[in-house]
This record gives sequence, structure tokens and C-alpha cells, in this order.
Amino acid sequence: MIKLFSLKQQKKEGDQTGRSGAQQKKASAAQLRIQKDINELTLPKTCAMEFPDPDDLLNFKLIICPDEGFYKGGRFVFNFRVGPNYPHEAPKVKCETQVYHPNIDLEGNVCLNILREDWNPVLTISSIVYGLQYLFLEPNPEDPLNKEAADVLQTNRRLFEHNVSKAMRGNFVGETYFECCLK
Amino acid sequence: MSSTMSPASTNSLNSKRWHSMRHILERAGPFCKADFAPSPDNLEFLQNTCKILVIGAGGLGCELLKDLALMGFGDIHVIDMDTIELSNLNRQFLFRRNDIGSSKAECAANFINKRIPTCHVTPHCAKIQDFDESFYQQFHIIVCGLDSIVARRWINGMLISSLRYNEEDGSVDPSSITPMIDGGTEGFKGNARVILPGLTACIECTLDLFPPQVNYPLCTIANTPRLPEHCIEYVKIIQWDKENPFNCSLDGDDPQHIAWVYERALERATQYNITGVTYRLVQGVIKHIIPAVASTNAVIAAACATEVFKLATSCYDSMCNYMNFNDIDGIYTYTYAAEKSENCLACSNIPQVVNIEDPNTTTLEDLIKILCENPRFQMKQPGITTVIDGKNKTLYMSTVKSIEERTRANLTQSLGELGLKDGQQINVADQTSPNTIVLQLKYNGNEVEMD
Ligand SMILES: [Zn+2]
Repeated sequence: MIKLFSLKQQKKEGDQTGRSGAQQKKASAAQLRIQKDINELTLPKTCAMEFPDPDDLLNFKLIICPDEGFYKGGRFVFNFRVGPNYPHEAPKVKCETQVYHPNIDLEGNVCLNILREDWNPVLTISSIVYGLQYLFLEPNPEDPLNKEAADVLQTNRRLFEHNVSKAMRGNFVGETYFECCLK
Repeated sequence: MSSTMSPASTNSLNSKRWHSMRHILERAGPFCKADFAPSPDNLEFLQNTCKILVIGAGGLGCELLKDLALMGFGDIHVIDMDTIELSNLNRQFLFRRNDIGSSKAECAANFINKRIPTCHVTPHCAKIQDFDESFYQQFHIIVCGLDSIVARRWINGMLISSLRYNEEDGSVDPSSITPMIDGGTEGFKGNARVILPGLTACIECTLDLFPPQVNYPLCTIANTPRLPEHCIEYVKIIQWDKENPFNCSLDGDDPQHIAWVYERALERATQYNITGVTYRLVQGVIKHIIPAVASTNAVIAAACATEVFKLATSCYDSMCNYMNFNDIDGIYTYTYAAEKSENCLACSNIPQVVNIEDPNTTTLEDLIKILCENPRFQMKQPGITTVIDGKNKTLYMSTVKSIEERTRANLTQSLGELGLKDGQQINVADQTSPNTIVLQLKYNGNEVEMD
């Protein structure tokens, strides 16, 4: 049983207005959690993390340079935004590099289960990094966001490989122009 | 209660209005708490001394204000930044049609002040984040009727950061505790809980009790929509960014935005033979709203108000400590003791003191050395942050190259030069502990030299 709590003796003095505007003296729980995630991050050698502002651990970029698979030699930048409800809610992740990929659309939306329906608070930034890295090793035509790319991967692997490397060098694939993203 | 009573008679503690309250507050009983003393002083305390803050003047907030005012509380503040909408009127009974567009906090306060002259409600049309610790400290008890987890976590963090601890045994100084009563409803489900920050389970201890947000797989939304919600999410996530119709991000409170999403979602639904896209559903999906049920709000608010009353008067033990309620199919309710988590980032993170001889000669590198070599810590690669003037600051982190490079210069600076004052809290993450821990710098002797 908890100690008997009594409020009777309490004298309350405080500033009636107290509107100094969010002068927090303590980091929020979301902030403490992301600090732990970032400090313990062991990045695979194909990945690097960039913090535009090192004081802001909630906004950063992940750069993936795959060293095998269809996307070898490319450089892909993902933007992470971690909200105040982390880790209850997953970070918002967008791909900033235009990529010909079945699970990433031309606006940079990424279809990765742990970013949406399978997110849960024990997952970390590290889990997402590995998930994204895996997307480049094993693009998954079963969960398409770019349906054309997915269809090509499913029907003609050789053509898919060709399209990927064409797109990465800076070319049109079909109607869409892809900027060069070679390392 | 008669509305023809004159203010003079209602202001008196002897007024008939308090007849039932006085039975409870002026008579002893076998279930009273040990410190309960039956006396007219109890009602006097509620009327003139006890100060309550209600956060939220929506469905739960209206009920809470009415309940607390009728129970005899005389000094209540209410915070809500929202304005009144037509769809609120069925359950937010302190508002009328011509209040639409006005501040919820102000209208609710006006209504109570007029109707219940023994109570004075002070409105604040603002965000909870607009106020600082000194504001929240003036209240004896804080009651929340919120629909947002972020807001609950914020106020929880605020109340925990105000706690003071006994230096010898690390126990919480009870006089620094502001109890928080939290109510929540979603349709026919609701809960009420009593949180004594530092003593019982807090919001962060039980964060996993909040249902996860429903997120549909992105590829389903994009390619194989089956539900009206899939169509709405498609417009929200994909089409909005693509077409950028108003050159800004989607605002769930802007009727033009909702109308745009509604029309596009309807088009997409027609294309896939899906029915059920309505304007209300669009609003609900965009703002993550589950339709509110007036009776659930009434039950949960009554439970919360009862807990406020019990804490304020000691007339009975507090509920221990989490009540679930469901009235979808008959009525189901149970109460259990949610447990305080040993690893809670908020309430188990009691700042540990680190003694520093001289902040003007001790560098950040020296501090890291202490953290790694002191038998109390034995850390490996501590990453250190702090909060200065309300802003987060990364002092040093060796594990991420881009941060290491830009914080390396801090290593040779003294703690004084870095702006760290006596009593400053620093947050340290290290692989040797499951969470980021909070340390408090304590300077022995020399103060920081100011130039
Ligand atoms: Zn806790």
C-alpha cells in the first residue's frame, strides 16, 4: 500500500499567470528516449546519420549507400521526424532521393510495415534503419507503392535491374525522370 | 436546487445547498481516512482555500466543472484553447448555439459562474504548454479531461519535474506532490485514474495502456483500398502532398481542407466501389476522433470528481488507482492497481547527484571521465544532453560521427563555460543502463565565475 497521502497541510503558492511560455527545465520523456536510441545506434557500414542541428535529436537524415544488390553504388537520403509522442507513435520517414523502387513512391512515401501498422514502442530508430536497409537488398513486389516498378520486378527481373541502374544514373524510366543518385 | 435562491443565502455555508455535503463532511465514519476530522472547516476549505485546475473544457470538462462546482469547490481554473463548434452542443451542455466560435474555457466559466454563485471559475483560453511550473504549483489538485496523449504526457512530465526529493533516502517530499486525476473516454469506453506523481503509476509508467493509433499499411491504401478509411488516408498521405492544394500542410480544423479531402476521397471510393465516405468520417479520420458518447463522459467525470473530493477532504481513501469502464453492452467496470514502473523515464528517473569540486576547472571531458571511472556509474560511451533556457542542448555524443564532430569542442570547455549551473540536470545515455538517466550537478565551494 502506498503511504497515506494528505493534501490538507499543503500551502499552495504560485504565480497566478505563470506564462513564461514552456520554459521546461527538464527533457521530455520522448526526448530522453530518443537520446538513448541515438546514443546506442550501431549503424551498418552502408549507413550514415546526419544531424542538421546536433542540439535537435528529433530531426535527422539517414544516408544509405547499398554495397550489394540492385541498388549498389547509389546514395539514398531519408528524412526522419520524431514527434512529441515518440515512442507511442512511429517517426515520420520520407525518402528524399527519387528512386525507382516497388516500395517507395515518387513522393518519397515508404511502405515499411514497422513505420505504420506494425510499429510498437519497443522498436527503436535502429530497427527502422535495418528495415530500410533491407528494402534495398530485397525490394518486395508484394507490397507495392510504385506499381509499375513492382510489376516489372515480378515479370522481368533483368529489365528491373536495367531500369534501376538507368534511373540511378539520371534518366527517364517510362514517363518519369530520375535524378542521378550515384555515390 | 432552486434557482431562485438569493446570492446571500447560497454563499452561506449554512445554505440548504450543502445539506448533503455536510452529512459527509461533518460526521465521522468507519471508512474515513486517519487524518479526517469531521468539522464545518472541511466545507470551508473546499469553498475558500482549495484550488483546482481542470484541463479541457470539452465533453469531460463540462461535466467536471458542473460536478466540482456543485460539490462545493469554490476556486476552479480551466484551460482549453479550443473554440465551440456546432457538433459539440449535444453533450457539451455549458454551451449554446450562439456560443459557436467562442472560447470553450470562457463560455464554460461564464455559465458556471452565473449558475452556481458559490463557485468562481477562472478561464484560460490557452495551451497547457503556455504555462510554466509556477502556474501549476498554485493548484492543490489537477483534473484532466483530455483527448490527447501528448498533452497528458506533457502535464505528467511537468508535475514530476516539480517533485522534490529527500537528499538522504531519495524519497519524495509529499508537500511537493500535486495529485493528478485523469479521465479519458472513447465512445462507450472510458477510464479514470488517480496519479500521485512520484508515489503511484504515472502516465509514462503505463504508456502501453493507450491503444496504438490505427495505421493501415501504406501499400493497401495505395493499391488495394477496401474501406472508406483507406480512401481518406490515401488523400491525406499521398494526394495532399502531391497536389498541395492550399500550399500548406493539412489542418484538420480548417473546413476547406476537410472539404477538399472529402471530395477527393469520395472520388477514389467511387472508383473502387467503396461506400461510406462521409464528411464526418473524414473529420474523424483526419483528427483521429472516435465519436463521443455523453453518458460515458458523465460517468467518467463523476468518478474523477469523486476522487478530487476524496483527496481534498480525506473523507475516504482514494481509488487504487485505475478504473476501466465500458457501457457498450450492459455495464462493465473494474478497478485495479496499475503498477509504478521501475524503468519509467518520467517518475523513476530521480536525479542522482554528481559532486563537482570546481566548475571553472572541471571540463566536460573530466565529467565524462568521472562517469566512466566512478564505481557508481562505470559507463562506457556516455552521450550527454541538457536543457538550457528551455532549449535542448547536446553536450557530447561520441557514437554518431556527425554529432561527435560538432560537439567535440565542448570537451575542453569547463562546465561553467558551457553554461551549466549548480543544480543543473544533465541527461546521460549509456549502454550500461536501460534508459537515459538524469544526473544533477552539485558544485562544492566555488561558484561559477561570471564575466
Ligand atoms: Zn512513471
